Amino acid sequence: MDDAGIYTRLSTIFGDVFDEDEIEVTPNLSAKDVAGWDSLTHVRLMLTVERAFNTKFSAQEIGSLENVGELIALIRKHICK
Amino acid sequence: MNKIYSELQWLPRAPGTFNGQLRALRGLREGLGRELQALALHALDINQLIKMARIIDKARYGGEDLRPLEPFRLAVLSNSTLDLILPALVASAARHGIALEVVAGGYDQVTQDALSIDSKIHRANADAVLFALDYRALGLKASPGDHEAARANLEAATGHLQMLRGGIKKHSSKAVCIFQSYVAPPETLFGSLDRVSAETIRSQVDGVNRRLVENILELDDVLVDVSGLAETVGTADWHDPQLWNIAKAPFAAEFIPLYADHVARLVAALRGKQRKVLILDLDNTVWGGVIGDDGLEGIKIAQGDATGEAHLTLQRFALTLRERGILLAVCSKNSEEMARAPFERHPEMLLKMEHIAAFRGNWENKATNIRSIADELSLGLDAMVFVDDNPAERGLVRSLLPEVAVPEMPDNPAHYARVVSAAGYFEAVTFSKEDAARAGYYESNSRRSNLKTQAANVDAYLETLKMTITFQPFDIAGRPRITQLINKSNQYNLTTRRYTDAEVAAATEDPSVFTMQVRLEDIFGDNGMISVVICREREKRVWEIDTWLMSCRVLGRRVEHAVLREIVKHARAVGVEKLVGAYRPTGRNALVADHYSKLCFTKVSEEPQAVTLWELTLGDKQEERIAANAVSRPPEMVDSSAL
Repeated sequence: MDDAGIYTRLSTIFGDVFDEDEIEVTPNLSAKDVAGWDSLTHVRLMLTVERAFNTKFSAQEIGSLENVGELIALIRKHICK
Repeated sequence: MNKIYSELQWLPRAPGTFNGQLRALRGLREGLGRELQALALHALDINQLIKMARIIDKARYGGEDLRPLEPFRLAVLSNSTLDLILPALVASAARHGIALEVVAGGYDQVTQDALSIDSKIHRANADAVLFALDYRALGLKASPGDHEAARANLEAATGHLQMLRGGIKKHSSKAVCIFQSYVAPPETLFGSLDRVSAETIRSQVDGVNRRLVENILELDDVLVDVSGLAETVGTADWHDPQLWNIAKAPFAAEFIPLYADHVARLVAALRGKQRKVLILDLDNTVWGGVIGDDGLEGIKIAQGDATGEAHLTLQRFALTLRERGILLAVCSKNSEEMARAPFERHPEMLLKMEHIAAFRGNWENKATNIRSIADELSLGLDAMVFVDDNPAERGLVRSLLPEVAVPEMPDNPAHYARVVSAAGYFEAVTFSKEDAARAGYYESNSRRSNLKTQAANVDAYLETLKMTITFQPFDIAGRPRITQLINKSNQYNLTTRRYTDAEVAAATEDPSVFTMQVRLEDIFGDNGMISVVICREREKRVWEIDTWLMSCRVLGRRVEHAVLREIVKHARAVGVEKLVGAYRPTGRNALVADHYSKLCFTKVSEEPQAVTLWELTLGDKQEERIAANAVSRPPEMVDSSAL
């Protein structure tokens, strides 16, 4: 899957996890930009991403993410293994 | 294989338009409850459950009418994070006909919340309190070599749970206590020896669970068997150490929808919403093949044939359900003769005609037939489960009769029984001998129905039944059944007041409250308890009929007249001059809208929400007049001016 594919799937995922209909998924997007993106929602987001891409992240990997760009890099790393 | 459970495979998959459909419900006023239930009747993931819960919470908070969902307030105490779980409970409850409000205790504040009289939990006045504790809350420790310490640990853990229960019973006595069984982590100290040695966590968890189960039986608490659930899906998947470390979540997030459905089923069972009838299709469901094409020799139900064995497993499952009181019915697109043939003549059939309470073999559409089965059994469509291998038939019944539960079936018949069982339609919170005998009553009811068509008129028919009624006040022996009827009865129920076991006990003890349990026998056997009445003295010489419910099994037999006579006899004995009663419509008890009218009460007023109030002034010879109405004149001929 290329980056464009990952972005598309992430858009759907964000739509499922958050109540916002139109969250624009950009590399710089982070928790401070989205209402309701607290630590528990972050856990839910990670669980949803894990299920969508059929992979599992470690606590360390999850804890180190600063923004969506880094999340995409992490996903790419897992699905290209 | 555990996907049958973790993905709730008996439920259809959520539509791609789920988010949109849910959003469309935001402004809805009429029929919101029904739409929410319909949407909840899909397999939903945590995100979907959370979105649905938000809509339900908002609607409830805004005072929207969520009928037919029944309100239920559940307090939940936990030593772990509930944030992902509570919304799942609310949404899953809608699937089972309940508008759930959850009141959460503080994070890891279980003891304080249970024991302080002014805790948020006790102020909430909940219908039930769920102790959603996992094994970490028990303070268990492995103590290899130290048997005394192990014993002390077990006592301390059990004592702690009893103390928590005591807090609820003391400060929220009307709430039902719901406990969970505990799941030991898969990590062992020795291996197989963990189960044997009392000093290991595994063994101690076993011990706590054993004591818990003994207490549940004794105390009328309710158990969510989380241990059984975890065993079913595998404790190695159930326990997610990383998720505990990150979020203090008690089990893997993938099982949240499953867990929530299990709790929701029990809440629904507390409100009498568990299903009562299993309706089976025949071709490729109860046997392999098509009877019309393959004939008796060609259908597959032989032992020794793998396909045959698969279908026999479903038959065996159905028979066992029948032994615990679930009724079996058949709905098949075949001529009646073809459909009956295997039941009557195939040597390998386990199901026989005498096991089937209602049988439909014809070419009508299945929704019409299921409706007719419900009428014949005098049960609501929401008591029915319909099992059919054919997705087209399933779809038809789901769209025409949304109240009927229709599980998705797997492709492989070897898993049919497992999927139907996994769906938990027949969950129960109590089980009595009367429950076990229920199927027999309905089967003899169909023998009674045959009698009915032969009788010249209704009175002659009633005479042939040779009914004997017995009346008694509430007592300890009858209490479980009384409490069960009070909480389960929906159709023949005038006021649908629900009382806990403790409240029933209080009414029994209270000399100012008139209580009555009614039993009925006839030539076909003992019908068991068929009516419950509670009257309270609201003012001097006036009794209010607080509760009057009857079993639908005895509809049309004028038993209500006999019950009224008995009430009047007791009322007059203590100088009561007037009986007043209310009919509170609930959407399920339209059956009794004219109950008081038929008994010659006068309508006093019409109240909001279509409630009607009725009264009967007790003149001389009142009992004789009621008897006259019951026996010799059909209700339409009563001359009310004579009363």
